[in-house]
Amino acid sequence: MDRLASRFAVCKSQGRAALITFVTAGDPDVAATPAILDALVAGGADIIELGMPFTDPMADGPAIELANLRSLGSGTKTKHIFALAADFRARHPDTPLILMGYANPMLIRGGDWFADQCKAAGVDGVICVDAPPEEDAEIGPALRAAGVHLVRLATPTTDAARLPTVLNGASGFLYYVSVAGITGKQSAAQASIEIAVAKLKAATDLPIAVGFGVRGPEQAAAIGRIADGVVVGSAIVDIIGSHGDAAAPFVQTFVAALRDALHIRETAA
Amino acid sequence: MALIASFSSKRTPNSVPGKTETMTDIISLPNSLRSQPDANGHFGAFGGRYVAETLMPLILELEKVYKTAKADPAFDAEFAELMRSYVGRPNPLYYAGRLTEALRAKAQPGKGAKIYLKREELNHTGAHKINNCIGQALLARRMGKKKVIAETGAGQHGVATATVAALFGMECKIFMGAKDVERQKPNVFRMKLLGAEVIPVHSGSSTLKDSMNDALRYWVSNVHDTFYIIGTAAGPHPYPELVRDFQSIIGKETRAQIMEAEGRLPDMLIAPVGGGSNAIGLFHPFLDDLEVAMIGVEAAGEGLDGKHAASLAGGVSGILHGNRTYLLQDEDGQITEAHSISAGLDYPGIGPEHSWLHEIGRVQYMPIRDDEALTSFQTLSKLEGIIPALESAHAVAAAEQIAPTLDADKIIVINLSGRGDKDIFTVADALGVEM
Repeated sequence: MDRLASRFAVCKSQGRAALITFVTAGDPDVAATPAILDALVAGGADIIELGMPFTDPMADGPAIELANLRSLGSGTKTKHIFALAADFRARHPDTPLILMGYANPMLIRGGDWFADQCKAAGVDGVICVDAPPEEDAEIGPALRAAGVHLVRLATPTTDAARLPTVLNGASGFLYYVSVAGITGKQSAAQASIEIAVAKLKAATDLPIAVGFGVRGPEQAAAIGRIADGVVVGSAIVDIIGSHGDAAAPFVQTFVAALRDALHIRETAA
Repeated sequence: MALIASFSSKRTPNSVPGKTETMTDIISLPNSLRSQPDANGHFGAFGGRYVAETLMPLILELEKVYKTAKADPAFDAEFAELMRSYVGRPNPLYYAGRLTEALRAKAQPGKGAKIYLKREELNHTGAHKINNCIGQALLARRMGKKKVIAETGAGQHGVATATVAALFGMECKIFMGAKDVERQKPNVFRMKLLGAEVIPVHSGSSTLKDSMNDALRYWVSNVHDTFYIIGTAAGPHPYPELVRDFQSIIGKETRAQIMEAEGRLPDMLIAPVGGGSNAIGLFHPFLDDLEVAMIGVEAAGEGLDGKHAASLAGGVSGILHGNRTYLLQDEDGQITEAHSISAGLDYPGIGPEHSWLHEIGRVQYMPIRDDEALTSFQTLSKLEGIIPALESAHAVAAAEQIAPTLDADKIIVINLSGRGDKDIFTVADALGVEM
């Protein structure tokens, strides 16, 4: 069993959803990122989503867009991101790491190059926001050949007719984007999330993680009761935006509160 | 001239050295260069649908609706009638006699091609943009959407979109970079007069690409009731195709008009290229006429060594705003800022069909600097009494360089894509004139 599957299995055995946390690599700068990643793990995050900054993050709201600009403004390059990933893998051999970002920075040197770098750095999966199944040829085959998961997104606009297209080639887990919108803005009604997750579970055996608009512990707990994973991004990124280089302890405290809300007593990993 | 010489050796697409996959596409489409894109929206290695999953279902629906509309004579008839009675088409193909003679006077004996101007600047709202906006508004209505959004740089596409929104009784929001809102107050006021809401965009560099980002952000949050009227032949499939089709009225008219005036096809077409909608509109109906050379004019800004907006001359293939195409970017795929004195050309990308036509060599792309465009802006004003848009002035500048190298019996058609009233402040500023 690979790292992702093992972690979801552990969480399931503990009767809780996995806590998936997102931060942007190099925000506020490359030097500060390892401490922030360690704080996520220390706070109880099960899976780390590491954002690859992009000049034009079209699916992101202001919080993550600013994080992208802070990162690029401080000089973050793609080589730094893979170095951060490889170092993280060395420090945390069991915590799954997902790279999330946009197609252009991922594919500028070709899908094979990107997949090889992911594999070498110990990256477990990739979420490419603007590579829908229709453009799978750009990135999917290379990742699958390298044994790196391609995590696909389902959204409120993904209807039953389209869902099989999304699931075909998806692996690791399925990320349910709970609002038709951008990151960090509005939150979906709990009832609509429950209906959507039930439909997704009926269509796939992949774990279902729910994200977009999950701001705090209470909401995380509510979603955690029905989904296999809960993704929190903008709320953490906001803390980094406020505290900059000194953000790590604040991040850890917030993540610990999220994790507590998922009703867990055991310590993971 | 080297440009022309290289064209004649490249004019047969099958003989063009290019990427292997591009060649395969041509071989599989032996009879026409006009049958792109393929079923997945690809023009050779370019185009496609690189959007967030939230938008995919809508994009697929738009494709379906467009296919049906395209096959519906009633849709075509309504478009044609609005082009006639509202836009004022057909606009003239005008023989620019004084410009032609002025260039001949500087050329070798027997040289100096005859120059015609396709007068898109005479359209309602003063540019080619309205052709596309009317077509997309008709599609929006077919899809039952009562709200439209658009991005705009200097405000031309914003004004055209606000105009059709008024015409069709639709609610309209225009996303415009905060810097441009400040610089383009007359157009901002025009849009408001037309009933549109202008939303200043503060994200990123607050320019055209950022207003496109914010329009996409708004769209992804309001897909259920909102139609995005993209202003150029770019974005996710089917936009590049449908924008081209609506703009192809330019080339179809030109074809009929030049046959009437000269009894034959032109030797060369010249059009400015930002995203490239006016250029593809002029070129597309002629793509299979291999004797017709085509020049797309990119904005070289301060020069290709400095700040510019020439995606083909200075960029590489990448993915932005829903399509794979040539982009100005760094080695990590981060988008770099474009620069042109012409706000309409100030974009770091280009429509995917142009990227394909560039790679197969069917169209030549030529960079023209800010200062060259500024000179031609004044030249055309003085010689022909036509103040061109700065975008169009780039094409005029290219023609001024090329025409004297061609024989006097050759014919060039320039797409005069827009009028220059909007640019007088910019030009005055660049010339150091107090108004």
